[in-house]
Amino acid sequence: MKEHSEVTFRILRFDPTMDHAPAFQDYKLAVKGALTVLEGLFEILENQDGSLGMRYSCRSAVCGSCAMHINGAYRLACETQIRHLNSRVITIRPLAHLPIIKDLVVDMGPFFEKYKRIKPYLEASTSIPDKEFIQSPRKRKRLNEIIDCILCGACYASCTMTLTDPEYLGPAALMKANRFVQDSRDEITRERLAIVNDENGVWRCHTIFNCQIACPKNLNPTHSIAQLKQKVIINRLTGRL
Amino acid sequence: MKYHQVIVVGGGLAGMRAALEAAKLCDTAVISKVHPLRSHSVSAQGGINAPLGNNPEGKDDSVERHSFDTVKGSDFLADQDAVDVFIGSSADRVYEMEHWGVPFSRTEDGRIAQRPFGGAGFPRTCYCADTTGHVMLHCMYERAIRHDIKFYEEWQVICLVNDGGACRGVIAISIITGELEAFMADAVIFGTGGAGRTYGKSTNAIINTGSGMAVAYWAGVPLKDMEFIQFHPTSIIGTNILMTEGARGEGGYLVNNRGERFMKNYTPKFMELAPRDIVARSIQTEINEGRGFENQHVHLDLRHLGKAKIMERLPGIRDICLHFLGIDPIDTPIPIQPAQHYTMGGIDCNINCETVLKGFYAAGECACVSVHGSNRLGGNSLLETIVFGKIAGDFASRYAKGLSATGQGKAAMKKALKEQEEKINRLLASTGSENPAKIRAELKSVMFENVGIFRDTKPMQEAVAKVRELRERYKKISLDFKGRRYNLDLCRNLELEGKIDLAEAIAAGALARTESRGSHFHLGYPKRDDDNWLKHTMATHTKDGPKLSYSTVTITKYKPEERKY
Repeated sequence: MKEHSEVTFRILRFDPTMDHAPAFQDYKLAVKGALTVLEGLFEILENQDGSLGMRYSCRSAVCGSCAMHINGAYRLACETQIRHLNSRVITIRPLAHLPIIKDLVVDMGPFFEKYKRIKPYLEASTSIPDKEFIQSPRKRKRLNEIIDCILCGACYASCTMTLTDPEYLGPAALMKANRFVQDSRDEITRERLAIVNDENGVWRCHTIFNCQIACPKNLNPTHSIAQLKQKVIINRLTGRL
Repeated sequence: MKYHQVIVVGGGLAGMRAALEAAKLCDTAVISKVHPLRSHSVSAQGGINAPLGNNPEGKDDSVERHSFDTVKGSDFLADQDAVDVFIGSSADRVYEMEHWGVPFSRTEDGRIAQRPFGGAGFPRTCYCADTTGHVMLHCMYERAIRHDIKFYEEWQVICLVNDGGACRGVIAISIITGELEAFMADAVIFGTGGAGRTYGKSTNAIINTGSGMAVAYWAGVPLKDMEFIQFHPTSIIGTNILMTEGARGEGGYLVNNRGERFMKNYTPKFMELAPRDIVARSIQTEINEGRGFENQHVHLDLRHLGKAKIMERLPGIRDICLHFLGIDPIDTPIPIQPAQHYTMGGIDCNINCETVLKGFYAAGECACVSVHGSNRLGGNSLLETIVFGKIAGDFASRYAKGLSATGQGKAAMKKALKEQEEKINRLLASTGSENPAKIRAELKSVMFENVGIFRDTKPMQEAVAKVRELRERYKKISLDFKGRRYNLDLCRNLELEGKIDLAEAIAAGALARTESRGSHFHLGYPKRDDDNWLKHTMATHTKDGPKLSYSTVTITKYKPEERKY
């Protein structure tokens, strides 16, 4: 695509308090050089249509606010260069499987309710040392990547099982559970495994890898779910679960 | 009307730490304009300071040395009693975060790893690769979930209620529905972050508009030392996303268009690890004198560190380079330039995070206890959030608990709610011809150009005049969208009003300060002037702009001396 060219932003618009159904609205936009999708949305918000609803914060791919469906894939709007999409039409939808509040803004409530169900905090209450817990680089390495999750919801929206089973915990919450199961400092591994050993937990995952494909941080929730399944199986076979 | 004994505004590290502390004694709730995990604390990369002595080269580190580095880094404007409290509890707060789950990078023997940072005599910056703020914010939120802290998400606070000198609560607008609500409280804590987006070329999140500072300023609480704005030496060109100081801590070089490591001409002993104000000015000098690339940037070169070290210690900045610049720092130098980064000044408060308004407290970047003085050392801001967040929560909850009568001030709250309703209705009905987006852009530009890295009398006078002009023009704006639901046009322009007033306090304070100290470098007065200016600037809001006054700097152990590196 040429440096100076016009693209169409085709944005799903919906205000559930006013509209009967979502509908696409087109906006024309001049693109000069490196412009991200988020910058394009701001251009529309500030100079074309102040009614546009969207979320944003860090604009550097770390806060998780602006995950949305852009030209066929879940992406962070802030790190997606328009020219890299190589298309004259940029079609933008909000995250799926979550209720729309307005336009590109969805209700993340169900997503975070499931996150809360897996006890998303380190439980290490019995032997707090005076200084830090000792954790070898080898044990610490197990947390690499899992701790990089920004809870943007892209994996959740891409997962077919979160659509068909509203109770399914989903990839982000399960990966968070694994983040603590893998942490040598955590003391409630068996309790966590009992939570995820449920028909709405790890066993609902059909290993389709959508979450792995969708993750804008290149993380692998599918792998976390497989690790949890393995732990659950061992614990069940040995009668500990 | 809603009521909680303690209300915390801001869901970043300072706000959530304050809430966790206050909730030990009082019914506590947090109001945040974004989901807490979207707070700007998440963007901090490099690390958090504490003299743990875990690095072999830092085994002789101590509270005393960390305190001295902080005071010297501040160019002696920091209050030394505050620094004592700050550094004195640093190790406890860092260990506490580790116990709560922060996955710090480790030494071979399993302790918290520490790396060098600018202005520090020893490697004392604890880190988790280059995503320290991210893991700390997520851990703090996890802790808040564990303790069942009540959150009001996507509520923007637009008014702090001052009832004859006593704080009664806040008025907030629900971003989702557009409805206003009065949140009554016996004590209010602000942890609302910095005002970076008052400036163009900022490393800050888009949400860092300084709205909390503005709301406090409007309620009659003075702002302190607002002219001290930190410019981070290394942000990528274009988007100005931060390249952590950890990159230099790990051994990264700064190189000009002649291939020279030019810091040898400025701070030969410390090289790239001089404090941020000095490195930022050195880079800008190279660019201004024609030794930059395309007259706008120099290189941050990491290539000699090797792939393994970059992948292990700096994976986040590699990702940023790949996505936002299309280069891989493993084999290409990073084009960087200085950018606005941190607001050293803020809501004036004392060592207990108390302000002049009874029952109102502040912590974190929005506050100015004055531990950073005129220049903050890297790794001290994350520390500030958890040290003073805890203190603010402790003092606010004990104050609220000690009141003989609670839930006071219903009439003042109702009156404030009505006034704010009228203000919102006026704004929604406005039909002026001014475009607020243009005002916002002009404000950011004049602040960066005229009250930026190098300052001089005339440009600053022009900036003050320009800001006043923008305030007049703001009165004639009209909103594009008149609806209530998720009206970003409304919310962003409420913030713009605050930005304009903060910009005036920054510019007026800078214009008055006829010396150079820390981040404030005045070309007409290039020397520090302790005889006249070893004092804090206080800006009080009036309808005609800021009224400036000055207060004493607390000096205890460390007598001011020339700051050399």
